[in-house]
Amino acid sequence: MMRTYAGHSTAAKSNELYRRNLAKGQTGLSIAFDLPTQTGYDADHELARGEVGKVGVPVAHKGDMAALLDGIPLDKMNTSMTINATAAWLLALYIVTAEETGVDQAQLQGTTQNDIIKEYLSRGTYAFPPGPSMRLIADMVAYTVEEVPKWNPINICSYHLQEAGATPVQEIAYAMSTAIAVLDEVRARVPQELMGRVFSRISFFVNAGVRFIEEHAKLRAMGRLWDELGRERYGVQDAKQRRFRYGVQVNSLGLTEAQPENNVQRIVLEALAVTLGRDARARALQLPAWNEALGLPRPWDQQWSLRLQQVLAYETDLLEYPDIFEGSVVMDGLVAELVDGARREMAIVAEHGGAVDAVPYMKAALVESHRERIRRIESGELTVVGQNRFIETEPSPLTADNDGGIMTVDPEVEQQQREAVAAWRAERDQAAVDAALAEVARVAASDENIMPATIAAARAGATTGEWAQTLRDAFGSYRGPTGVGEAAGAGVDDDAALEQIRDEVERVSEGLGRRLKILVGKPGLDGHSNGAEQIAVAARDAGMEVVYEGIRLTPAQIAASALQEGVHVVGLSILSGSHRELIPDVMAALREAGIGEVPVVVGGIIPPADERALRAAGIAAVYTPKDFNITQIMRDIVGIVARGSASDSENSPEGSLSRR
Amino acid sequence: MAVDVEALAARLRDGDVTVAPQVLNLVESRAPRDQAAIAALLAAVAPSALGREAPAHVVGITGPPGAGKSTLLSALLQGWRERGRSVAVLAVDPSSKRSGGALLGDRARIAFDPADREVFIRSMAAGERLGGLAPATRAAAHALAAAFDVVVIETVGVGQSETEIAEVADTVAVVVQPGSGDALQFIKSGIMEIPDVLIVTKADLGQVALRARRDLHAALRSLGARETAVVAVSSLPPAQGIDRLLDALDAHRAATDVARRRLEARRLHALADFAEEHGARGLRALGGRRAAEKWLAAQQPGLDVPSLTRLLEQRAAAAPDR
Repeated sequence: MMRTYAGHSTAAKSNELYRRNLAKGQTGLSIAFDLPTQTGYDADHELARGEVGKVGVPVAHKGDMAALLDGIPLDKMNTSMTINATAAWLLALYIVTAEETGVDQAQLQGTTQNDIIKEYLSRGTYAFPPGPSMRLIADMVAYTVEEVPKWNPINICSYHLQEAGATPVQEIAYAMSTAIAVLDEVRARVPQELMGRVFSRISFFVNAGVRFIEEHAKLRAMGRLWDELGRERYGVQDAKQRRFRYGVQVNSLGLTEAQPENNVQRIVLEALAVTLGRDARARALQLPAWNEALGLPRPWDQQWSLRLQQVLAYETDLLEYPDIFEGSVVMDGLVAELVDGARREMAIVAEHGGAVDAVPYMKAALVESHRERIRRIESGELTVVGQNRFIETEPSPLTADNDGGIMTVDPEVEQQQREAVAAWRAERDQAAVDAALAEVARVAASDENIMPATIAAARAGATTGEWAQTLRDAFGSYRGPTGVGEAAGAGVDDDAALEQIRDEVERVSEGLGRRLKILVGKPGLDGHSNGAEQIAVAARDAGMEVVYEGIRLTPAQIAASALQEGVHVVGLSILSGSHRELIPDVMAALREAGIGEVPVVVGGIIPPADERALRAAGIAAVYTPKDFNITQIMRDIVGIVARGSASDSENSPEGSLSRR
Repeated sequence: MAVDVEALAARLRDGDVTVAPQVLNLVESRAPRDQAAIAALLAAVAPSALGREAPAHVVGITGPPGAGKSTLLSALLQGWRERGRSVAVLAVDPSSKRSGGALLGDRARIAFDPADREVFIRSMAAGERLGGLAPATRAAAHALAAAFDVVVIETVGVGQSETEIAEVADTVAVVVQPGSGDALQFIKSGIMEIPDVLIVTKADLGQVALRARRDLHAALRSLGARETAVVAVSSLPPAQGIDRLLDALDAHRAATDVARRRLEARRLHALADFAEEHGARGLRALGGRRAAEKWLAAQQPGLDVPSLTRLLEQRAAAAPDR
């Protein structure tokens, strides 16, 4: 099956895009939701500001879902939804939409991503604490296995673990451990004879990096471990039910902003990793766009990705042979090595009490692996063509056009969506909604399955934000571990560059009167915290005091923290494309707090045109994926603080003290 | 332009809590140029200048990592705010000694409303100092106590940090989680000083927490520490025991002679600061530690720590047997 991950702006616009893609030969839908929908907020919530329609489509109620799927035959469609914390709700909206077009839920096919553990570890779009989140997942699995039998209720994602820096062994081990946590939870609520069917409904979403031989071995290793798990832990007799089913999106982490055309050959090689041997071939493949590191891909960029798959499938002889690695000693050895390593790592997770309790352990381990990867790139041990080697380039005609090679979202969209959701609330039967949400609250506090009450609330016209708030009230809100505190510091690989920076920090701190202090913040709903975490750890290793508050902060929170903590510089990270709204908001909040003079640096996926605008608005520095050298960024930040303090008055340790 | 110390002090004395960031920026400074200003600020909010002890309730909260201190602190913050009290939190984090850098992560786990001006949270790196407190924590606590209703000092650890916290706080609360026998062992063996309030977190664990609370209670009674309150709390919704804990903290303060406790603390502190700076030779010049303590006890009660330290230094310099 071939599809591309898509959705943006509004339900109606996304619907047009889906129909175009289907007309071009795409055989399934992959829905990208915007961050407010993923984290359970309506467009008019404070935290949704700047994020509406950005990384996907906003779906606030059944009306939006109906518009999104208008004219698409749901009884024939295979729909994959990238949705996790609010998966139960979006599935309910999908079921109700089908029902209202005369399609029974039993006919629906598709997948909800629904892997909450990796949200805590990597992607950050969680809404509730781990315990209640696992309960929601188990409820969905138990419900769909009987009522929506062709649905894959959970797609365990090792994909995002690799994006967060996981080694192949970590990727395998943490994904398998997550599966165990889910299956153990479901086992408690379905009869044993259903476990085979439950097991067979669990699918995986894996990553494929550019080391494509090892990556292929990784998939074979996962298949072997999965089969073993089904047989031994869950007593699944039917070999077909134990088959390792997985979809793939190939690696985004390795895609570069520098010479982005090289990403095309990376993507093709990565696609080979998951298709080369028939015994471990992906069922569904998604390829990212070549310019993903630059911003939101346009339809043409997505078409290119689809064509890559089509060439592989229809022009080459890839699909004509049985498994080409059968009998390969090298491949078997590689697989055995990975299986052994993964078993050891799974045992450590089990010692921590399983995947749910081991979240802080796994998070810290990933932050460390990622740090190691960056170190290897910086030192040149790991070659990234066009980035740290072979960096000379002719001017690129691909990125020469004036829009910077990416599509942008009309800022009007957010305002329209805010008004639309308010209008929806005004027009529906409020009493019916209140009653339905009260029922959701009652069920949440009991041990009944959450799905029927959730579907009823969707039918009554409740909104995404209302459903999620009802559960937040019942379960409590939650902030995930950041992993940075536990991550080991630089030590063994102390190098001259690091020593030099520490001396510099020491010197600047002497001048400031106290140690250089930085606030690292992530405004908005974007949960991809890898970059911010790496900056936080690197700043600590460089000798700074680092205040790191994790994800999902409002500009007011960032300004309050910067003021109270007395930081000398603020570093912001945004990857969702909402920098145009959020960065000026943070700057305004800092000014309002009376600390407008504190320099602000920004990191993220920021097109050159926006970079210039941000610099003009007073941002001290902008770092994009091409600034892969974190040591250099640290040096830069120290310099920015040093220059700022030098221009302050001599007698005052802080500009802010004398500038009341 | 120099720091206007008198203006800062006046705002503190007036209970203007928005001055807190500037006060912290100053007292954390180790630059020689700022030391006179810091001393002047502390003298201007010392009891002798205020005419009474600073009004705040200074609460020390300590416990091992993972005991749930930050979540508890979020719940306590909310409770104090509901009782109409302004709160300053000084969260002391252990720092990485190798580079001097530190990751101050506690703030992330303490929930607060950014629009609420009556709440102030500052992370402080403990630096190289043993015993848990950051170098400027004590000075910060003294200064903020003039303006806030509650000043919380949060540290990590069991066994050493509460000793130093006891010299700053009116009430020391130690947080333990059920199932960790460490606290019990530490108390029994005397490694840990007996706290004023013992908090058992994760009361939602039910029987385990109840048992932990009973065991600690029994241990304390067997040591004759009948007045130590043991409170079980759960910070997860629905939060339990927070009101009881707030009451227990208040009750401890009400039963304590705060003036005397702080006076003793200031004197011990001055001596500790002096000893750190001048070592055994300095102490000999004062005629030994006991003689120095006696001499300090005869000094004016309202003096702040830097003033007392300065007096000790003058006395040592004037000593005939140098």
